[in-house]
Amino acid sequence: MAGTQVNPTRMELTRLKKKLVTATKGHKLLKDKRDELMRQFLEKVRENKALREHVEEGIQAANKNFLLARAGMQEEVLNTALLAPKQRVSLESGVENVMSVEIPKFTFKTRTPDENDMFSYGFAFTSSDLDDAIQSLADIFPDMLKLAECEKSCQLMAAEIEKTRRRVNALEHVMIPNLQQNIKYITMKLDENERSTQIRLMKVKDMMLAEAHGYDTL
Amino acid sequence: MLGDRDSIYGFAALGLDIFPVSDNETGARTLRSLAERDYAVIYITEALAKELELELDRYREAPLPAVIPIPGVRGNTGMGIAMVKKSVEQAVGSDIIFNEK
Repeated sequence: MAGTQVNPTRMELTRLKKKLVTATKGHKLLKDKRDELMRQFLEKVRENKALREHVEEGIQAANKNFLLARAGMQEEVLNTALLAPKQRVSLESGVENVMSVEIPKFTFKTRTPDENDMFSYGFAFTSSDLDDAIQSLADIFPDMLKLAECEKSCQLMAAEIEKTRRRVNALEHVMIPNLQQNIKYITMKLDENERSTQIRLMKVKDMMLAEAHGYDTL
Repeated sequence: MLGDRDSIYGFAALGLDIFPVSDNETGARTLRSLAERDYAVIYITEALAKELELELDRYREAPLPAVIPIPGVRGNTGMGIAMVKKSVEQAVGSDIIFNEK
């Protein structure tokens, strides 16, 4: 940034030096943040992957069960059976702070006290496949919630990591070198000024001596 | 739950709200209105999610709601895993979790 204008003054020099200290400190902190975020992110993402595979398998199995259930029952009967759901799930979401990323935490509540009390139909006219299907879905549901939580966290953390990485890089490759260069420029300029003043004084002294006493030092 | 009816009606029994949609446009509209309401998690079938990718990207970085693709009756399209992959790529710069496959 030597091309841009900096005032070669002491004040500017002090200011830049202070700025450099802050930038270096900030850089170190951000770097630590990035590393820690990365560690946690990788942990989460592995969990996410495992959960997703598990959930996808579970849903696929449940879908198979539903297919069987539908095959064994009339469409109308099935629709009526599921028309008025007995159970209701309500979600409570909290936030947890991980390295300044707010990741969601979900807890779910069911309306009826017993979680398994969810069959909204009589057992007489429906096939047992339907019970199995719904049961298999219910089994996978807590994991689905966990997956939602985990996946959202991963997305948020990924965004934060990207941001932090950009900041670290900007500090490391732009801000800090620029500051150092400017400081160097000012120091050299000041030194140069000092030397030129010294020489000027010496010169003046010589001239005055020559004038007063006729010395010729040259 | 958002998706084609056949994939999601089972979830009604669990007490989830289901919103069957059949075409992309209603899907997008429903998704938007759901996101504005008090839903924290929206499950969406992969088939529909694929069509609404642009919409989903809008909710990626918002703290809520979490929009989660799940496989529908027509099977697994790999879209869910692809989303996770995308996160990894965004964070790390390259895919280091899934390349063992």
